[in-house]
Amino acid sequence: MKTKKITYAQAIVEAINEEMQRDKNVILLGEDVGILGGNFKATVGLYEKYGGERVKDTPISENSFTGLGLGAALTGLRPIVEIMFGDFLMLALDQIGNQAAKIRYMSGGQAKVPLTIRTTLGGGRSSAAQHSQSLQALVCHIPGLKVVMPSSASEVKGLLKTAIRDDNPVIFFEHKMEYNKTYEVPEEEYTIPFGVANILKEGKDITIVGTSNQALNALKAAEVLAKESIRAEVIDPRTLVPLDKDTIINSVKKTGRLLIVDEGYERCGVAGEIAMSILKDVFYYLDAPIERLTTANYPLPFSPALEFPIIPDEKKIYQRVKKMVIG
Amino acid sequence: MENKFKPIKHYGLDKEKVLKMYQDMLKIRYFENKITYLYSRGLMPGLAHLYIGEEAIAVGVCTNLTKRDFAISTHRGHGHLIAQGADLKKMMAEVLGKEAGYCKGKGGSMHIADFSKGILGANGIVGAGIPIATGSAYSAKVRGTDQVTISFFGDAASNQGTFHESINMAAAWKLPVVYICENNLYGISVDIRKVTNTKDIATRARAYDIPGVVVDGNDVLEVYKVSQKAVERARKGEGPSLIECKTYRWKGHHLGDPGQVYRLEKETEEWKEHCPIKTFRERLIKEKIFSKEELDLIEKNTKKIINEAADFAIQSPYPNENEVYEDLFVEEGGAKTR
Repeated sequence: MKTKKITYAQAIVEAINEEMQRDKNVILLGEDVGILGGNFKATVGLYEKYGGERVKDTPISENSFTGLGLGAALTGLRPIVEIMFGDFLMLALDQIGNQAAKIRYMSGGQAKVPLTIRTTLGGGRSSAAQHSQSLQALVCHIPGLKVVMPSSASEVKGLLKTAIRDDNPVIFFEHKMEYNKTYEVPEEEYTIPFGVANILKEGKDITIVGTSNQALNALKAAEVLAKESIRAEVIDPRTLVPLDKDTIINSVKKTGRLLIVDEGYERCGVAGEIAMSILKDVFYYLDAPIERLTTANYPLPFSPALEFPIIPDEKKIYQRVKKMVIG
Repeated sequence: MENKFKPIKHYGLDKEKVLKMYQDMLKIRYFENKITYLYSRGLMPGLAHLYIGEEAIAVGVCTNLTKRDFAISTHRGHGHLIAQGADLKKMMAEVLGKEAGYCKGKGGSMHIADFSKGILGANGIVGAGIPIATGSAYSAKVRGTDQVTISFFGDAASNQGTFHESINMAAAWKLPVVYICENNLYGISVDIRKVTNTKDIATRARAYDIPGVVVDGNDVLEVYKVSQKAVERARKGEGPSLIECKTYRWKGHHLGDPGQVYRLEKETEEWKEHCPIKTFRERLIKEKIFSKEELDLIEKNTKKIINEAADFAIQSPYPNENEVYEDLFVEEGGAKTR
């Protein structure tokens, strides 16, 4: 397969561009998605190519422009709504959780909601408590939403194309620390299906499930651990709703150990949910308790000296795995 | 409120249309009288918010719509749905939580929709329909159609952020949407005059530089005329309008709320004298457009239609329990996402 080197942000631009070209009903709206090309440069060039109607700069009215996207989705368009920071999801929660998630079900299956809501997660930029959260658990909790957590640039591209083509509301989380990183991405057109986890590395001693770029951190940790003869299997679930439980269950049955790494808060979080949702199937295969590595239950602080200690990273994964395997 | 009306011929409507408007108002009134009865008999689960007294607004506005237009409703939605031509049997069955209902019993009174008719549905969250209607209008603009969207909401919704955020966008982008504020004076128990300094909500249109009009919401023909102008303006691509319809809900906030703790009986009685149906009937007879006998017959026929809808709903079975697990997502390939 021929590949090219592009950044994560460029992969997003390519995905949206390809889908806007493919289907004239795909539109993009949100704060600064137009002339500026997106706060994270993930929509560069689209305004120039498709014009101000299909690529719409909105006022700072998250709840209402999300509702506007929903209304457009109900009446024939396939909108992509960008919510600049994941933290701002909380401004739009009525339209996301009470409206977009519910309209199909409440109407007895009459409505289709082909709406993609792109937003961000992740700390590490000294953006403090209102611009650094990873709120995937918040939307996973609400039935009726699909939730996507892509890792690398090739993943973000294939999964975003699938999200845009999906006839359901999809919350698509992009990791802020990834936008400027360069990856190998296939030259040819491709999509990645939802609900199919990706095994990044095979191993027999422990399973590490990492969401979003924690899958990549887990992979790096696993490579170091391999030199110390600890064979970790690394799984990127790709989508949290739907969740490919089978791949995780089969892996844990083989390894007997599971560490789940997610940048969301620990309490009522994604890591705890994944653990509990598979526990019954793997209980008699476990050699150790399932563990989770998440962000501590505190607001993200500003200073790097305070922020990095509470976010999962490669080193913390390495240390935790060693402890789980060797003791 | 005063019973001052212009002659019906002033509005340039043919007899057939006038009669349809009268009958649509009757349908709404009788439909809600019927569910009040079914509720009192214990045949209706949950509750419903009644539109009785406000019928002229839905009918006056929707008379201007084509089959391709859209409207989004509120928690007090029966009137808007009926005026848009929703199927009365399916509506009644949904209100009773039956399998044959519009939403197969999953929505109830507050979530009835008919997407095949542009009826984007009732909505349980105050003010939440306003951005959705605005998006529907945006969609028509992007798709290059001349479809208009009506956004119905109450006085209380005009104090939600969505009202201001949405009208701001619609005005900035000249979207084909008409905002219809049904000012019935009370948000549940709270008198709008106690929580809002603006005498007329329509004056808020000035803040967004769009037309804002106050109209007697109990005069179906005035509502028709004022909204016609707004619909035409929207259809021509000239942008949104805000119409405030002054009205009154005769009943409590919902079935079971007598609605009298927070209101004076005198006020309610005065508004009942300004009944949109009774006054229209009097005008039709006085102006010799229809005879008393002709209208009696229409009333009798309409009652029959409503009774048939109720019988249909009562006889329809409750949904199968497995229905709970259907319709969450559009599914492809059979694998269920939960």
